[in-house]
Amino acid sequence: MMYQPHQPHQPPPRPPAAPHAAVPAIAVSDLTVAYHEQPVLWDIDLHVPAGVLLAIVGPNGAGKTTLMKAMLGLVKPAAGQVAIFGGPYRQQRQRVGYVPQRGSVDWDFPTSVLDVVMMGRYGALGWFRRPGRNERDLAFTALQQVNMEAYAARQISQLSGGQQQRVFLARALVQAADIYLMDEPFQGVDAVTEHAIIELLRELRAQGKTVVVVHHDLQTVPEYFDWVTLLNVRRIAHGPMAEVFTEANLSHTYGGRTAAVPRR
Amino acid sequence: MTSQQEVQLIAAVIAAACALPGVFLVLRRMAMMSDAISHTVLFGIVVGFLLTRDLGSPLLFLGAVLTGVLTVSLVELLNQTRLVKQDAAIGLVFPVLFSIAVILISRFAGNVHLDTDAVLLGELAYAPFDRVVWQGIDLGPRALLVGSGVLLLNLGFIGLLYKELKLATFDPALAATFGFLPVLLHYSLMTIVSVTAVAAFDAVGSILVIALMIAPPATAYLLTERLSTMLWLSVLLGVASALVGYWLAWALDVSIAGSMATMTGVLFAGAFLFAPERGIVATARRRTRQRWAFAQQMLAVHLHNHAGSSDEAEECSPAALHGHLRWSPDFAAQVLQRAERNGIVRREAERLWLTEQGCRLAQTAGAG
Repeated sequence: MMYQPHQPHQPPPRPPAAPHAAVPAIAVSDLTVAYHEQPVLWDIDLHVPAGVLLAIVGPNGAGKTTLMKAMLGLVKPAAGQVAIFGGPYRQQRQRVGYVPQRGSVDWDFPTSVLDVVMMGRYGALGWFRRPGRNERDLAFTALQQVNMEAYAARQISQLSGGQQQRVFLARALVQAADIYLMDEPFQGVDAVTEHAIIELLRELRAQGKTVVVVHHDLQTVPEYFDWVTLLNVRRIAHGPMAEVFTEANLSHTYGGRTAAVPRR
Repeated sequence: MTSQQEVQLIAAVIAAACALPGVFLVLRRMAMMSDAISHTVLFGIVVGFLLTRDLGSPLLFLGAVLTGVLTVSLVELLNQTRLVKQDAAIGLVFPVLFSIAVILISRFAGNVHLDTDAVLLGELAYAPFDRVVWQGIDLGPRALLVGSGVLLLNLGFIGLLYKELKLATFDPALAATFGFLPVLLHYSLMTIVSVTAVAAFDAVGSILVIALMIAPPATAYLLTERLSTMLWLSVLLGVASALVGYWLAWALDVSIAGSMATMTGVLFAGAFLFAPERGIVATARRRTRQRWAFAQQMLAVHLHNHAGSSDEAEECSPAALHGHLRWSPDFAAQVLQRAERNGIVRREAERLWLTEQGCRLAQTAGAG
């Protein structure tokens, strides 16, 4: 079944991502998060300027996902705070798009690809209002952006891992946010999808969006990203790639257990 | 309306009311919570009775609903300590509350109409005799009025919050980032489950409450790939189980609730075996088809690889298949027969030739 999109009615343009360069897209200050009095993030300070492609890198259990969840207000900090464009997350929800880990949802849920992408519009719709034609059209356009429009009517359990990831990306794109937070979008996808995703991230950066990605593959960090946060419960280093992605910092982050050599 | 018709109507309304929240329980992997709630509500009813000494008091209903929510909270509290998994937590909480209720009944209310058999299987056949009369006008059986009220409540709740419930069930984290308060939605849903369980429990007993909440949604889950379809299909299956179960009970002169619960199981078994996409039969058929297709492809690849080689004459003979592909002679003969019929292979005495179509098959093998 081919679905012909109408001219989607794009949401009204927002003011430029950074009205003045002084306001960072994300400002994390003195953030400490603990589970059962066990700190998983210790006193983190980060300023993420608008328009960068930032990788969060660190060993397992470094608190990468927790940091992302704290930015989204999904975990309650024991201390400190997060500001999105200078304000609390609660007031900036519409400006942040979230791509959770692919494995965090049940892909046997009875729903279609287009339907999952439409869920990205639920936040803008707010309570009680149902998605309609406009949301369908926006969702279809987002599926086209990730080359998944042929799968629109497909049940989501029939997707491969890479296709699931693209659907999640489309669901974030449809939010038309200014900041995108992605938790391991490259996890378990094939080379073609990885390439498609990185193209998309660069496109977003070209549009002035800020993209923060939890990333595992040290080899590709300098190639894919322009900023990096090295994290291991504490902030080891944070800043532009050239300044921060050094062997000394990496060794410090991974406790000297990494064989990865920065390619520069 | 005859009392027979009334019993059927009550059963149908309650089946529909149970199926709606049941869909979300099944999708949230909380099916056993219906088991817990439908038993522990007795605790609330008993405590309510001991406080008011009146079986008709609305406090009993309130107490029962609160106990349902209490059950969910206790289970989650235990679960959050990480010392007990959720399924074990359910198994710990509900027997405690249920058995306290049983003790309270036997100690303080032994002579009151709160008997434990009725708790398990209900007394649907007597439901029409408990009527609501208002200013001399007969409004109908209490169970029917309560059931209809709960059905409307559930329809309203899911109708209003369909989008929110769907997102909070599929991806609670995203729902939270949108500000949809998944925890509040969760407890609202659990309250709805409790209200439904209490209302249904009174008429049909706890076993049938569980059967009507879980089996129709689990059946519908096998039959559809849309949440909205799953909802109305569950209602339809629940009502069908209730009505067919009623007539079965009548024909065989057996327990109505038992017969209805059995029907929910029979319908599930039917879908489990014969669902068009996911049923056992359809899956087995698909597997068989794939097995033959794969074998023919293997044959094509084998012939293709040896075409033009020095051992071609030897390799590309029917006799070689058995030894080289390690197929039993029977299986090899059947594959060959199918391959010939499908125009993949041509046979000339003891030589096998790939057709053009067979070559294409061999070349695309492994490509997709």
